[in-house]
Amino acid sequence: MRRIVIAIASTITGLVLLFSWPTSLNRTPATAAGAGTTGTGTTTGSTSSSGGGTTTTTPSAQPATATYTGASAQTRYGGVTVQITVTDGKITDAQATEYPRGSRQDQQINAYAIPRLNAEAVQAGSAQIQMISGATFTSYGYIQSLQDAIDQAGL
Amino acid sequence: MSAATVGTAGQAKVVSQRTGDEQVDALPHRAWVEQIMSMPISVHVRGERAHDDVVAAAVADLFDDLRAVEARFSPFLPDSEVCRVQRGELDLADAHPQVREVERLCHTALERTDGWFDAWHSRADGLWDPTGLTKTWGVALAATRLDRVPGLGYAIGAGGDILLRPAPDGRPWQIGIEDPRDRSTVLATVPVVDGAVATSGTAARGTHIRDPFSGEQVNEVVSATVVGPSLIWADVFATAAVARGASAVDWVSTLHGTSGLLVLADGTVHRWANPV
Repeated sequence: MRRIVIAIASTITGLVLLFSWPTSLNRTPATAAGAGTTGTGTTTGSTSSSGGGTTTTTPSAQPATATYTGASAQTRYGGVTVQITVTDGKITDAQATEYPRGSRQDQQINAYAIPRLNAEAVQAGSAQIQMISGATFTSYGYIQSLQDAIDQAGL
Repeated sequence: MSAATVGTAGQAKVVSQRTGDEQVDALPHRAWVEQIMSMPISVHVRGERAHDDVVAAAVADLFDDLRAVEARFSPFLPDSEVCRVQRGELDLADAHPQVREVERLCHTALERTDGWFDAWHSRADGLWDPTGLTKTWGVALAATRLDRVPGLGYAIGAGGDILLRPAPDGRPWQIGIEDPRDRSTVLATVPVVDGAVATSGTAARGTHIRDPFSGEQVNEVVSATVVGPSLIWADVFATAAVARGASAVDWVSTLHGTSGLLVLADGTVHRWANPV
């Protein structure tokens, strides 16, 4: 049992090291160096129980969340600064922390909010929603659509 | 600014004349809906002048513009210019400037989606069919009728694709995104002050988006919703995302200045918001 755990751990370690190879533009040189020393880890697929010594410090094994704030970009309408949240290498949120206000053009260049999932189902017409976006309604389908309910409610 | 005279409300069915719930919204609100291009077009306006005749006239003009677009572009009307081009009776060079404009937009869309929005391979017979683009192009064009009324915010919904402009109070429009697996419920909501929301998918008419490279019907992405500054491009990107299939999850991260969500066939919901 213990051997299996170690084997899996070493496989994961090898994979992590493999993916942190410099081709992924990883800027932390320590990671790259680590990958260099345990280059033999490329035999990850086989369940080689390579002893207990393979507990090398796994760099960023679990998903990391971080926020980044961009430099203020000057536009015709004023400065724009955007803060993004990155989880596991993917942008999961973006907020404009500084942006010009006032005219329509200013609002257009703001980042758009990420759609917020509903915890519970919202029944037709019950929410403060003015418009429904969905795959092309036909006139027939419209009878049952949420948009119809909202139009009728005059929300 | 519009010089339109009073009383031309057209055949638009007035759905709501409620002056707005004071507790919720201080600005008057009015809505219309008409069936054009085989789909419902909803127009909601907010502003002090929402009940003025000039607004009703502008909305009637908007609907007239859309009927003119339908007559010119419909693939179902044999006399439309698009049908005549398809049959080889009309050379594009001799077509109406609007038809040539849309044809150029189709080329741009092909490039901007790496070939995944392809108006020349969207149907089995391989004829040029700009229908995937003309709807939102026409709405964006017709909406300029309302831009001429100062101080008027509006939301135009055209078969699930929405164009939004703010009222003077800058209050965002709340947009519900339909759950493609249960169309009586809203999957997500997104506030939009100024911009567009477009959804493409397989929910309403069955699968009707094809992989332009293989010609196969696509089904990996059940629906794609794109929020962005432009209605036309939100629509094009949403359609391209459905056509791409599962790889759209990575592709949408390249769409700067947009947000949105993808519903995949296995039930996964992928959301994104990219900086400008």
